[in-house]
Amino acid sequence: MSAQAEAVAAKHCGACSSCNTSELARLGIKVGGWDYMVALAGNPNTGKSTIFNALTGLRQHVGNWSGKTVRRAEGAFNYNSKKFKLVDLPGTYSLLSTSVDEEVARDFVLFARPDVTVVVTDATQLERNLCLAMQVLEITDRAVIALNLVDEARRNGLVIDERALSRDLGVPVVPMAARRGEGISDLLRVIENVAAGAYPTRPRRIKYADAALESAVESLAAQLVAAFNNLPNARWVALRLLEGDASIVRAVRDGTLGAFKQPDGVVNLVQLEAR
Amino acid sequence: MTLNQLDVGLAAKVTKVHSANAERRRMFDLGILPGTVIEAALRSPLGDPVAYRIRNSVVALRREQAELIEVQVVTDTTERKTER
Repeated sequence: MSAQAEAVAAKHCGACSSCNTSELARLGIKVGGWDYMVALAGNPNTGKSTIFNALTGLRQHVGNWSGKTVRRAEGAFNYNSKKFKLVDLPGTYSLLSTSVDEEVARDFVLFARPDVTVVVTDATQLERNLCLAMQVLEITDRAVIALNLVDEARRNGLVIDERALSRDLGVPVVPMAARRGEGISDLLRVIENVAAGAYPTRPRRIKYADAALESAVESLAAQLVAAFNNLPNARWVALRLLEGDASIVRAVRDGTLGAFKQPDGVVNLVQLEAR
Repeated sequence: MTLNQLDVGLAAKVTKVHSANAERRRMFDLGILPGTVIEAALRSPLGDPVAYRIRNSVVALRREQAELIEVQVVTDTTERKTER
């Protein structure tokens, strides 16, 4: 498809409210050319890049997130005659925005709405790693936990019951030792299953027992949906507002929630890629 | 007492986190919550920062950060084991 034709297609498609191509363009993501988009999230030093390289075979496109000095790697792979686009998110401990990295990761999962978000976790540090996993599960239904470094955990005498973990979290858990290539084929299969909807995920969400909090969240979420057309996950945004998350409060105040500044350079990059 | 007063080699349980806003959030993200058992692991040559063992990983905190974390020394070793 020529760059021009693609631009026309994207524009046409973006006009309908059921898809988020305009959101993707704002985030600097090239629209089209893949069947499923997969995001890779995880704490720093969990082997996220090893998994990225194993999946894409080092064919990656490295740049910056639009307007941010945060490195961004993208790649693609084919599996079962489907094309997958893989976006590597910055390694973070949290999505609750205390740094630019976290903001980038959060905005991507929240607004670009990837078909599958893979949360790479360190099996030897599972307790701390599950913090990010729980946050991702609050935002998206379609997640996969890549339980990496199981070889190291075994060496430390740790045995993880991945089936119980999967049952508790409501999403698939894939034990891996990505350095040795273990678990890569399982991960590919699970990603495809979740992307295609063949694996019904039922992510565990934190329930708030406080009735006053629940009603505050509900009323705020309704107002957010009214103010921001088709805001994905208004409930999550409402919770952040109640928590006093400064970056979300700012975004709501100046109406830029879900809308990101797109410097001209990125548009050129998209055209270059299409050529 | 506060975390910065904890001697190296000793463990204490967090009772209150006084940090505010983004820093409070960060403490929670790193697993520092009321009830968490923290051990002072290493002191840097000038005494600041200090490395703490928190839920099986080591985190360095500056004095002004540790001062905002209220703790209670843990003497019972079984408690240290179950809560890490």
